[in-house]
Amino acid sequence: MTMTRQPVTPSQDSAVAQDDALVVDGVSVRLGGREVLHDVRFSIKPGEFVGLIGSNGAGKTTLLRVILGLLPATAGKITVGGKQRGERGAGKGAAGVGYVPQKIQLDPDMPLRARDLVGLGLDGQRLGIPFPSRARRKLVDEMLRAVDAEHIGNARVGNLSGGEQQRILIAHALISRPGLLLLDEPLANLDIASEQEVVALLGRIAKEQRIAVLISAHEMNPLLPVMDRIVYMANGRAASGPTDQVVTGEVLSELYGHHVDVIHVHGRVLVVAGRGEGLDIPIEHSGAHADGV
Amino acid sequence: MGHPLRAIFEPGFFTSAPVHVALLAGGVVALVSGIVGTFTVMRGQSYAGHALGDISATGGSASFLIGISPLWGFAGTSVVAAGIMDMIGVRRPRGRDLATGIVRGAGLGLAALFLYWDTTRTSTTGAPVTILFGSIFTIGSSMIPVIAVFSLVAVGIVAVLYRPLLLSSVSTDLAVVRGVPVRIAGALCLAAIALAVSLSAITIGAILSTALLVGPAATALRLTSRPGLMLTWSAVIGVAATWLGVLLAYDSYYWPPTGRGWPVSFFVVVLILIFYLLAQFAGKNARESRNEEPACSQAS
Repeated sequence: MTMTRQPVTPSQDSAVAQDDALVVDGVSVRLGGREVLHDVRFSIKPGEFVGLIGSNGAGKTTLLRVILGLLPATAGKITVGGKQRGERGAGKGAAGVGYVPQKIQLDPDMPLRARDLVGLGLDGQRLGIPFPSRARRKLVDEMLRAVDAEHIGNARVGNLSGGEQQRILIAHALISRPGLLLLDEPLANLDIASEQEVVALLGRIAKEQRIAVLISAHEMNPLLPVMDRIVYMANGRAASGPTDQVVTGEVLSELYGHHVDVIHVHGRVLVVAGRGEGLDIPIEHSGAHADGV
Repeated sequence: MGHPLRAIFEPGFFTSAPVHVALLAGGVVALVSGIVGTFTVMRGQSYAGHALGDISATGGSASFLIGISPLWGFAGTSVVAAGIMDMIGVRRPRGRDLATGIVRGAGLGLAALFLYWDTTRTSTTGAPVTILFGSIFTIGSSMIPVIAVFSLVAVGIVAVLYRPLLLSSVSTDLAVVRGVPVRIAGALCLAAIALAVSLSAITIGAILSTALLVGPAATALRLTSRPGLMLTWSAVIGVAATWLGVLLAYDSYYWPPTGRGWPVSFFVVVLILIFYLLAQFAGKNARESRNEEPACSQAS
């Protein structure tokens, strides 16, 4: 069974365009004898905003970790900014990738101002004591402004609200001017207002700075206004393409391996499992906060 | 020297050779502990630092049996223990605490045996007090170069790894993604902590060395949110507590009942506590006057 046929666009994905910010080409990952990712393939162009959608355990975090080089792929290859992962000259760590990890615990007892954390995104790996420079300060100020966080630059990061911390972490990830920004469930634990703020901010950054954004979420609706394309994951498999072509009963049923319906309600999307007999299990709610997240 | 100063500095304070050595060695050691302690507190390794101090007592007490300076014993065992602690389960906080606790228990057990031998087999009846609670006035000036080298190594490690350690204290994932070798950086940081506690073991004792490691840094944390300033404050507070402690201990020879001075360690630890409480109070007032809200909106 191939999950990557129509309406996914394999022709476009397999032809590795040199200007693609990210190409994931047939990536599979086995962990402890279990296949957690199976033949995942998609690509992202600079400036594109792509949602990586799926429920818990679908393989989203694993995929992000493989793209970052934190986890080796069992098969397939990943190309970031034209350089293949693991290739010579690809750089240490995840060069060229900005990353906002999931559920980061910023301790109030950590002596770090928001601007210090942003600055560490620039040179956190360097050795020696940093000398304060005007250029560095200017860059940090610019980045704080870009995420609407100038006013909290001098506050202790651990004392900021969830949404504010998320904006600071985005600034930390962006200050080294990566071509690709990965965010792992950045909307989890945010209230609705902060959620909308963060989504709007990311959409704006993708367009203005021509950065490819790949954002994982278990709920697609908050991302619909800014999402250019979707990578929908279930059971370690992925279908990718324009949202209206991927989020259909036919594609998702094949992905899940059982029948699901896709219902559109007031511009929001609801994915429901089952055929109506017995209990229907809603896979994804349109009420973003109904499940207490 | 005029009369008013007499009341503070008892006669002979500035001319006594042991006092000179105590001020110099104590000052350097406090500086190192303050700086390394900042990273200890930041990385949440206070318990590891505390355990390394206790474990250094093992080597310190053994040093009397083989006739070397306690500093070699302190440093030898705590650096080795740091290596062992790094090897067994440091990844998860709980595993780390368990590993630390087990190594610490074994070390203290050995120290009990060695101290027993010190007092029964050799004539060093003062060994338990010297090892556990320090003896800053009996540091030989010949040890100054060794103290200097250990200090340079400990401070050198955290100075070179300043940013990587800072970033990996925020999040290991963020550090790894930026290409920081977190494992090596963590092991080196633990070695620096081991050296710092061995150094303070000779001034205020193996058991109390943790006070000089964690106390000034914890105090500094209440005073600033900037990592660089925290380092400075921590070092200044440590040195101030040590120097004042030496002065008070010296003066205490003249306090009633006369003839017996009080231990320096006592004064240093009490001063650190007072500084901490003052900073806590000042920090709270500052927060209230700024009307700062505590961390919020972290639902679920």
